[in-house]
Amino acid sequence: MAIFVKGVIFEGVDTTAPDCWHIDAYMARGGYQALKKILDNKMPQEDVIAEVKNSGLRGRGGAGFPTGLKWSFMPRSFPGDKYVVCNTDEGEPGTFKDRDILLYNPHALIEGMIIAGYAMGCKAGYNYIHGEIFEAYELFEAALDEARKAGFLGQNILGTDFSFDLFAHHGYGAYICGEETALLESLEGKKGQPRFKPPFPASFGLYGKPTTINNTESFASVPFIIRDGGQKFLEAGKPNNGGTKLFSISGHVNRPGNYEIPLGTPFATLLEMAGGMKDGKKLKAVIPGGSSAPVLPGEVMMELTMDYDSIAKAGSMLGSGAVIVMNEDVCMVKALERLAYFYHEESCGQCTPCREGTGWLYKVIHRIANGEGREGDLELLESVGNNMAGRTICALADAAVFPVRSFTKHFRHEFEHLIEHKKSLVDHKWC
Amino acid sequence: MLSAESLAKIDRELAKYPADQARSAVMGALRIALTERREKGATPEERCLNSEVIEFVANYIGIAPVAAYEVATFYNMYDMKPVGKHKITVCTNLPCALRGGMNAAEYIGKKLGIHLGETTADGKFTLLEGECMGACGDAPVLLVNNHSMCSFMTPEAIDKKLAELE
Amino acid sequence: MLEIEIDGKKLTVNQGSTVMDAAHAAGTYIPHFCYHKKLSIAANCRMCLVEVEKAPKPLPACATPVTDGMKVYTASPLAKKAQAGVMEFLLINHPLDCPICDQGGECQLQDLAVGYGNSASRYQEEKRVVVGKDMGPLVSAEEMSRCIHCTRCVRFTEEIGGFQEIGMANRSEFSEIMPFLGKTVDSEISGNVIDLCPVGALTSKPFRYSTRAWELSRRKSVSPHDGLGANLIVQVKQNEVMRVLPLENEAINECWLSDRDRFAYEGLNSAERLQKPMIKFDGKWHETDWQTALEYVVKGLNGVSADHGKDAIGFLLSPHSTTEELYLAQKLARAFGVNNVDAALRRSDTRVAKQQQGALWLGSSIVELAASKSILVVGATQRSEQPLLASRLRQSVKKGSQLNVIHVADDELFTSLNAKLIVAPQQLVNALAQVLKAVVTAKAGETAIDLAAANVSAEAQAIADSLCAADSASIVLGNVAQNHPAFSELLALAQEIARLTGARFGIAAAAANTVGADVAGANPVRGAFGQNVTAGLSAAEMLAAPRKAYVLLNNEVEADSYNGQQAVAAMKQAATVIALTAYKGAGLLDYADVLLPIAPFSETAGSFINMEGKLQSFNGVVRPLGETRPAWKVLRVLGNMLSLNGFEQNSCEEVRAELLALGDIAAQLNNGQSVLAANVAAGNGELVRVGDVPLYHADPICRRADSLQQTAAAAVPQLQLNPADAERLGLQDGQAVTVAQGAAEVSLQLRTDAALAQGAARVAAAHPATVALGGLFEPIQIKRG
Repeated sequence: MAIFVKGVIFEGVDTTAPDCWHIDAYMARGGYQALKKILDNKMPQEDVIAEVKNSGLRGRGGAGFPTGLKWSFMPRSFPGDKYVVCNTDEGEPGTFKDRDILLYNPHALIEGMIIAGYAMGCKAGYNYIHGEIFEAYELFEAALDEARKAGFLGQNILGTDFSFDLFAHHGYGAYICGEETALLESLEGKKGQPRFKPPFPASFGLYGKPTTINNTESFASVPFIIRDGGQKFLEAGKPNNGGTKLFSISGHVNRPGNYEIPLGTPFATLLEMAGGMKDGKKLKAVIPGGSSAPVLPGEVMMELTMDYDSIAKAGSMLGSGAVIVMNEDVCMVKALERLAYFYHEESCGQCTPCREGTGWLYKVIHRIANGEGREGDLELLESVGNNMAGRTICALADAAVFPVRSFTKHFRHEFEHLIEHKKSLVDHKWC
Repeated sequence: MLSAESLAKIDRELAKYPADQARSAVMGALRIALTERREKGATPEERCLNSEVIEFVANYIGIAPVAAYEVATFYNMYDMKPVGKHKITVCTNLPCALRGGMNAAEYIGKKLGIHLGETTADGKFTLLEGECMGACGDAPVLLVNNHSMCSFMTPEAIDKKLAELE
Repeated sequence: MLEIEIDGKKLTVNQGSTVMDAAHAAGTYIPHFCYHKKLSIAANCRMCLVEVEKAPKPLPACATPVTDGMKVYTASPLAKKAQAGVMEFLLINHPLDCPICDQGGECQLQDLAVGYGNSASRYQEEKRVVVGKDMGPLVSAEEMSRCIHCTRCVRFTEEIGGFQEIGMANRSEFSEIMPFLGKTVDSEISGNVIDLCPVGALTSKPFRYSTRAWELSRRKSVSPHDGLGANLIVQVKQNEVMRVLPLENEAINECWLSDRDRFAYEGLNSAERLQKPMIKFDGKWHETDWQTALEYVVKGLNGVSADHGKDAIGFLLSPHSTTEELYLAQKLARAFGVNNVDAALRRSDTRVAKQQQGALWLGSSIVELAASKSILVVGATQRSEQPLLASRLRQSVKKGSQLNVIHVADDELFTSLNAKLIVAPQQLVNALAQVLKAVVTAKAGETAIDLAAANVSAEAQAIADSLCAADSASIVLGNVAQNHPAFSELLALAQEIARLTGARFGIAAAAANTVGADVAGANPVRGAFGQNVTAGLSAAEMLAAPRKAYVLLNNEVEADSYNGQQAVAAMKQAATVIALTAYKGAGLLDYADVLLPIAPFSETAGSFINMEGKLQSFNGVVRPLGETRPAWKVLRVLGNMLSLNGFEQNSCEEVRAELLALGDIAAQLNNGQSVLAANVAAGNGELVRVGDVPLYHADPICRRADSLQQTAAAAVPQLQLNPADAERLGLQDGQAVTVAQGAAEVSLQLRTDAALAQGAARVAAAHPATVALGGLFEPIQIKRG
């Protein structure tokens, strides 16, 4: 994989050097200075949280919730154990940024989690790692060993009375575990079935204890924020959208990969950075924030900037920053069919509307894609989707419905054509 | 049932969690058990999880066997069906499909003479379709035996990989 | 308190209530499937979605906490649309097989589909097919395509049963409810999942396909199997008991039944039912009429009385019989001049009856016991003795109570114990004495019992600490303690611990009417309501010193006595054995001389007094089978034929009224012992049998319930030994062994089990394979092969 443009997390990381992930290399680039700064100055927990708040860092996992605010929800006076958990269960189609953090800069994440543990008074942390990236999990375990040997983890870190340990937990193939309460269930050794909220993890999280869960990229941004100041982080982005953000570009571009750029960068610029459209084909559609985000027509995308607010205004989501680019050769029915199949496979099965609805949606779309569509199918899809969205414990049902709604909205003629003529309007080629 | 090495690995997993939360280690323990069976199994049937090994793991961790079975069947990387010496999982999800994921799956299937979900008659290869592996920028990607990810798998790269695995 | 409005109705509810709780309080029904008041909240079926003011989307009533000022609309257009949407999803893959489904007519899905579903389906795709599962002989899981994945059954086994035996495997629409591969569901309370299942996925295997729910009439009754006294709904068709369901009683069985309560009814319809009086002459059995049989009985009793005196006659009554039957039986015996009357058939300690000052009982209500902060259970195979009490105590532990155990085996209770002392039967007294000694020290108290031989172990100290620290504590002696030769010592020690700690103490009555038997005077020393009577022999004494005639009420001595071998020998040497019985069992056919067919609980009115001293009366639910008569009537007529006074009752109610006029039941309940001496020295090292009663061999009815007899719990008993004892004896796990007591030897398979105390040899009682053996807690010899 490649990181083509570097921002706060990857600045100074030579991803081509095999040693770049080691603790020595990390410390040579200023790593663990933020932690030392906190411990040397006995920085009050509130000040650490305030600094994170000042940075304008918003959760990088997809929801975009302000990280500092989330940290402030942890009950400070709670007498028992508290936990900090990192969500590296990166399985949202189109997203592949966190794996690169583990592979090239794992100590940024480790340091960020230690700081989080300090700020929220947690005694232990877990990093939940996506099942399919076993090599990244093993490398992260090695990085943890380095941090432990260097005295950054364990009892009395750097000779202070602050103790914190961190462990890696390996997933084994379930998209739903990216949902934070499903992740907690999985971390407890159960099926990854999301919990009903309230109670929220901040009061009832891992093992029933107060828990804060953040995305890998969010934690990995923290050392920069503490070391260089929240203001500097904020200035790297735009107001209310602090910092640089990793964008994963996939699909029909010349240089798919990760781009760590300021929030607010125009999509057109990002597309250009990615080498433009592959084979010079015409841009047809973009999913700007991972497969669950509504698809937008290419021409709409070309007018947008890459930040939470701009994308939301256009009716989609920045999500995890996963930009899936499709050219004119893609039959949108086919594309939707593949996504619907995915949600059908990945529904955890507990809530009725999702368990039954994802299958129903897929079966109808599959029929349409195979030239067996019937009149009324599009209305049926809409109605079934309406009965699913907002009716379940977690947002997977919504995630399954958003693509159906947006594909059938923006590219309705392709669906109608297929239903009527039993063949696609597009001479479909995946690539 | 499991080797001393595997048990030591499971013990390391157990050490990650509070003593009264041993259940947390069941995912790791099942992975370690499956890995041992994959490496030692002589036939497809011997390479996947079965009720005996799941029950063993459950008892070792101290949870109900059906709770371990729930976990083994919920997460799709645990092989619950007979599996070839080399399990090849190709991501065909949308971002990968846009960069040749589907073509890669088709190419491998043709080369091995099997469809998705099948195992070659000699028990050497199983070809599966996978969901997002979090590596869409590397497409086409495939996962060999759950733990080894191969990126940018053009037909030439696939030929080379299959030759290596032979 | 929070103010809330549901559908315009204002009410005040407690902090922490859910919208569902509030709706119940307001009398508003919200449709639901996964929600169950006794189970954790899953919020997965989504049927209970309601509209909440200011909430952007409908919320599940079962999981949404009430907030002050909340306005809930359960039937607004938004709520109804959401509910109808969920109903459609539930139905798309549900088979349209209601006409052949066992649940038809009593199906929550069917009922709610009428109100919330459409008449036609929009789902035109192929329906899902799920293969059936084998959950064992009691619960059918053959039609799992009907499952709506509410997970009530999963949560029940984990949360109430204590061990997750059912899971939901796979994910998405491929999720399937199943037991672990190749395993059946063996919980002693598994049948509750049938009631919990809102559809026809889990049904009753013995009942299924036998009739339609609407063809059944529902009659209230009380379980005759254990001392809990679970309330029943017995369902009847054409004078046959077809099914038994729980009648909710929060104070006793909550909404549950044990499998014994639920499935033992099959024994009522057993082919072994005695339908006509029978007399044995010339070594052969002959059916006869009642008049002839009763004349034969009268002649027999008068004959033995004339030849050998009244003391040569013994009455062995069952603690599973009704209060009215027991009262009349003891009245008949004593009026006839026979003082040898007892219902404590499995009790070996003959001192207890002489020392007791009232009816032995739990010492508190069941609810009070469960609410105790510290509980000590002594000598109880809890999950077989009273399955629902064991389950209730498990819930107590979840709510923070400390459960302590002194027992002969570290039986799996599926809960966490505060402390446990696992000792051989001959050391039970010493173990409890250790606790007393620690309590005496902690409380700086005194006791009349010499505790010099007790050395306080760490476990005993922990138990004592728990009892001393708790603001409410209870000590309960189980069936093993009650049948133990040192029962009076255990009672005396418990009494002293209770006195010093302020704890309650008592016994967990094994049989439905153990307490009732004491109240009704089925006791060799005390008459009904403690009336003074001439003391007679206890059951154990009557069998140790054989009588010339026995009258058996509702029991089979080989299985229902402390020492089956001795009991059968006593029967065989008697001149006459008169059995009032519902069954012509092989034992009775062998040793009895006359069999009088009496009604089981389902065919007569009566009452039981449960372990907490609560009298629960019931009516017969079906007519007596064949020429069967209610036992009270038979006893009444016998009283007349024997020319005794006081046998003029015309109904069971009259018998009960006569009995209850004698006093107040509550005043009779008393566990006090008049003698407090106890030798607390630990017994020697010889192997002593642990003859506990298996779950499904406790009484004549359940011993004949076919489906229960197919369960794992009913399997042929094994000899269980601690591995150290097995090694000492040179025995291997799994090998065949011969065990001997007295003259009898039986062959069993050995199973080594570290849960068993060293020195204990567990060979279960009451099973055909072991009834030939001797005393339940006596030395036993083990031979190889």
